[in-house]
Amino acid sequence: MNRIIKIILTDILKNKIVVVYTIVLSLLSWSAFGLEDNSAKGLLTILNVILFTVPLVSILFTTIYLYNSSEFIELLLSQPIKRNKIWQSLFFGLSASMVFAFFIGAGIPLLVNAPNAVGLMMILVGCLISVVFIALAFLCSIVTRDKAKGIGIAIMTWLYFALIFDGLVLFLLFQLSEYPIEKAMVAVTALSPIDLARIQILLHLDVSAMMGYTGAIFKDFFGTTVGLFASFGLLLLWIVIPFYLSLRKFIRKDL
Amino acid sequence: MNRLCLLFLFVVATFQAQVLEVGTNKPFKTIKLALKASKAGDTVIVHKGLYKEGNIRIDKKIVFLGKDFPVIDGQKKTEVLSIHADSVVVKGFKVINSGYAALDDPCGIKVYNKSFVLIEGNQLDDNFFGIYIQNGRNCIVKNNTIIAYGKEEQQIGNGIHAWKSNDLQIIGNTIRGHRDGIYLEFVHDSVIWRNIATNNIRYGLHFMFSSNDSYITNIFRNNGAGVAVMFSKKVTMINNYFDENWGASSYGLLLKEISDSYIHSNHFKNNTSGIYMEGTNRIKIEKNSLQGNGWAMKIQASCMDNEIVNNNFQGNTFDMGTNGSLVLNTFNNNYWDKYEGYDINRDGLGDVSYHPLSLFAVLVEKNPSAMLLFRSFMITLLDKSEKVLPSITPDNFVDKAPLMKPLKL
Amino acid sequence: MIEIKNLNKKFGKLNVLSDVSLTCKKGECIALIGPNGCGKTTLIKTILGMVLPDDGAIKFNKRSIVKEYLYRSTIGYMPQIGRYPDTMTIGGVVEMIKAIRNSNQELDEELWHSFDLDTMADKQMRTLSGGTTQKVSATLAFLFNPDVLILDEPTAGLDPLASEILKDKIIKEKEKGKLILITSHLLSELDDLVTEIIFMQEGKVHFHKKVADLKSETNETKISKAIASILKQKQ
Repeated sequence: MNRIIKIILTDILKNKIVVVYTIVLSLLSWSAFGLEDNSAKGLLTILNVILFTVPLVSILFTTIYLYNSSEFIELLLSQPIKRNKIWQSLFFGLSASMVFAFFIGAGIPLLVNAPNAVGLMMILVGCLISVVFIALAFLCSIVTRDKAKGIGIAIMTWLYFALIFDGLVLFLLFQLSEYPIEKAMVAVTALSPIDLARIQILLHLDVSAMMGYTGAIFKDFFGTTVGLFASFGLLLLWIVIPFYLSLRKFIRKDL
Repeated sequence: MNRLCLLFLFVVATFQAQVLEVGTNKPFKTIKLALKASKAGDTVIVHKGLYKEGNIRIDKKIVFLGKDFPVIDGQKKTEVLSIHADSVVVKGFKVINSGYAALDDPCGIKVYNKSFVLIEGNQLDDNFFGIYIQNGRNCIVKNNTIIAYGKEEQQIGNGIHAWKSNDLQIIGNTIRGHRDGIYLEFVHDSVIWRNIATNNIRYGLHFMFSSNDSYITNIFRNNGAGVAVMFSKKVTMINNYFDENWGASSYGLLLKEISDSYIHSNHFKNNTSGIYMEGTNRIKIEKNSLQGNGWAMKIQASCMDNEIVNNNFQGNTFDMGTNGSLVLNTFNNNYWDKYEGYDINRDGLGDVSYHPLSLFAVLVEKNPSAMLLFRSFMITLLDKSEKVLPSITPDNFVDKAPLMKPLKL
Repeated sequence: MIEIKNLNKKFGKLNVLSDVSLTCKKGECIALIGPNGCGKTTLIKTILGMVLPDDGAIKFNKRSIVKEYLYRSTIGYMPQIGRYPDTMTIGGVVEMIKAIRNSNQELDEELWHSFDLDTMADKQMRTLSGGTTQKVSATLAFLFNPDVLILDEPTAGLDPLASEILKDKIIKEKEKGKLILITSHLLSELDDLVTEIIFMQEGKVHFHKKVADLKSETNETKISKAIASILKQKQ
């Protein structure tokens, strides 16, 4: 398995997109900290990168990469290698390179400019979000053989979690504003990995505001150790479940 | 000649005034005996030791001094020290364990209807009320440390409590763990200076029905709320620190039904709401620094003719919050770190006006649960479009000439 | 060596393999023939585990191949259309496969040299012609001295010279007693190669005969003629 991961990693590195992604991330991060006079604004820029750019690049790059490696996968399948090993190696290879890119691009500027709880939380959450959207990309690309369709599904998935889901939540909030729905809303956030990530960062970034009103309810849940582990557990589930489903499908797929 | 006069006075004074000493090896074994023997103008010195004598009543004009902090213990049964005379000095005691009662508010030290009482340098520990000035004039409460361990608002009194008093000086006290750090009701022409109120259950400092008071250079940290000024007028607030007052109904400074006041060079840092204003009129808020608050200011629609000038708004989650669309207050020349305008003529003022009320702040006011969506991509998008084309937020909620650079405060 | 029993496979509604049963033994050189879309490639892919049958069983060396993968180390497979990662070089592909196999057995690099691949080892796969790609596929199939060779249309796209080289190589391996499975449309090419013929039509095995039997039954000397006459008899 290690040999295959090594081959995949060198192949991804040769693919210049990851290098470009790393450079763009680091340009964004360094300039965010360099241009603004206070680090809070730089953190906000990186927060938007984590909630917007990282998911998009992770899901798109992975989906396209998987479609482009169909030959490679076929070649490997005629070799004495277990099927799930091939799929897992692809997953580990892609995850490792995207996490590495995020860490070099955004993580190091964060460590230098905001070496505190917010910074560390952002790095951790950014890495997790990268892997979550890689796992989702695995699921998207196994659903259909058609590359164009697969990429379409990937973009829709991203759009759903980045934008539409929050729109639905806002709509629900105002439709059901008569009812005590705060606690239910905490549960609803579990349905979107981006929201889970955002709230964890928010609790550190906007700590004063989160202490007020319903913020306190979220703080009471997500801010405790139990809540922290729960939301990281949920993020891990967002990695494990899509990948496991895709793996099951891949094992049964005819190539 | 002068010298002779002084000497004469001194001799007279020493002849008339006695010093009565209390302690295990001293003429008086108990405080009560010494007080009984004393006359007006005497000094009673209490030496180190533990005195459990129930309620101690001082009804003569004496100087009551503690040496090496003798402990006067109320054993959780009675009020500890009751002062029923003018010009009494109480200094250097450790007063502990006053009784607890809902009706007659037993205190560590209480002044009943008297003037010119000086309470200085005492340590009060675990009393129901700390120091209570009832109907006092020209009393001074200075450099006392007042600590209690209250858990619930109903089960603990205030650190320093003043009722129906004038011309008080409350200076340099440290108050922890009471209901309100300092509570003033019907108190006029008084000054509160250099006190530190932390971790009190309700407010650090609380005004009710008071006027012409000033509080200057105090620190209010981590209380239920920093300072509440209610139903009062002409209160001057200068150079105070309002820090880390966190909670659902927690404010750095709560202004309710107050008018004609002045708020200058205060520091509001990391509070859920920096300043909350309700029914507030004709107040000038000037040169304050509001930093890292959830809401820097919440101005309810019931406020009018307030002026918010030359303040720094930095790193707040929301600069403003409000509950209505009516705006009768003016904002001028403040620095807002969220301002993205430009200054072509280089006069230090932005050429585009700034709307400090964001759409999302309005949404959250209407539906607090929406806070859950804060900083999501969609909300950012909504906020940006609202900034370009205001439709929901009131368009006269505006600083027409915001500062380009923060003021040095 | 390979036993196939009652194999069925559907792609959607299309019956690609229906009730296929076959036995292939060591030392045989089998031609798998039939019209386009008769299921040859699917059958091969099922043997390799790339396509999973709906039901039926495949045994390789008397062991079921379900969830097995190690048996593939004794199979050399040359696909009909070899697809390789675009950006890799010829040398890179071969090195990669070597790295994946990580076997310490002696490599059979005869084709690598006789196809002159060593002179263009650093060409990228996407720049190659179909023929050259086939040469790479062939080289990889023979590289690890496998006991079984599965060649899907091996000579399609190859120039006559390369075609001859490959044929010679196949004969050589056959003489070593290996099982060789070839699919081809060009029946004329198979004359001097194969010992058995499997004829498939619409997902079914039409017949499975030794070449000698076939020729004697039909009194023909060429395979193509023999098959043509069998097909005529059936009609």
